[in-house]
Amino acid sequence: MKELSLNILDIAQNSVKAGASTIRILLTEDAETLSIGIEDDGCGMTADFLASVTDPFTTTRTTRKVGLGIPLFKLAAEQTGGSLRIDSVHESVSPDAHGTTVTAVFYKTHLDFTPLGDIVSTLTTLIQGQPEIRWIFLHTFGEEAVTLDTDELKAVLGDVPLNVPEVIAWIGDYLKEQYEAITSE
Amino acid sequence: MKSLAELQAIREKMQNKVVLREGSGDIRVVVGMATCGIAAGARPVLNTVVEEVSKAGLSDKVTVTQTGCIGICQFEPVVEIFEAGKSKVTYVKMTPEKAKEVVQRHLKGGAPITDYVIKDI
Repeated sequence: MKELSLNILDIAQNSVKAGASTIRILLTEDAETLSIGIEDDGCGMTADFLASVTDPFTTTRTTRKVGLGIPLFKLAAEQTGGSLRIDSVHESVSPDAHGTTVTAVFYKTHLDFTPLGDIVSTLTTLIQGQPEIRWIFLHTFGEEAVTLDTDELKAVLGDVPLNVPEVIAWIGDYLKEQYEAITSE
Repeated sequence: MKSLAELQAIREKMQNKVVLREGSGDIRVVVGMATCGIAAGARPVLNTVVEEVSKAGLSDKVTVTQTGCIGICQFEPVVEIFEAGKSKVTYVKMTPEKAKEVVQRHLKGGAPITDYVIKDI
């Protein structure tokens, strides 16, 4: 993957497949590190599946026997001296509070740090594909932040779905303007 | 700055159209968005299709959706076009430039671009 935002797009698809109704994408950045969290309330993983999930020969896909999404994300973190951890509660263990959290920490100053890239495109792609899911995005840099909560947009949009092209374009511009406001200061 | 008032305006503009759109969607465009597709460049392809369909005024007729691994990872990014009464067209090794052409010539013009279609597996 050329950008970490592409890994985020890929990992978030696992949350979609897990039947999540809310998916949070949380980026926390300081001068040295970038932490990426992808949290869902999907079905979660059993302890056995969780133990093997970073193995490329573990996959949910039916067209191939390999799955590289999590191994690639883990590699991207570890090659900067960072790490990846996955916490998951399967619905059979806790029917009321289940889901998966993937957290990866990256050292930005390391030579092998992959740039975050176009995170706005990742978010518009996710919302376009899964408009019924509540997407919560928070990217903090110290005191400053870029935020999005699709429930707030839905409250304004009423019956109009989030994946109408005009709305997707608005979301893209809305996020870009927030980033510009931070970088121009 | 973008404001929620703008979103409200989009809502008002769209509300009439949305009623029309239900039950239509004659053409379905499906972009493969699994690890293989994403790594090969599916994200800009999808975004280009969404933008160009809207620009070409085809939003009422064309639905753009995403799917997982289609099974031909070596040909990603893959874009499939489903149209009622016609056989599926599978475009392979797509780029944003090719995607623009597909919207213009195939979705708008009705003529599949055979050069970009999968030959043999």
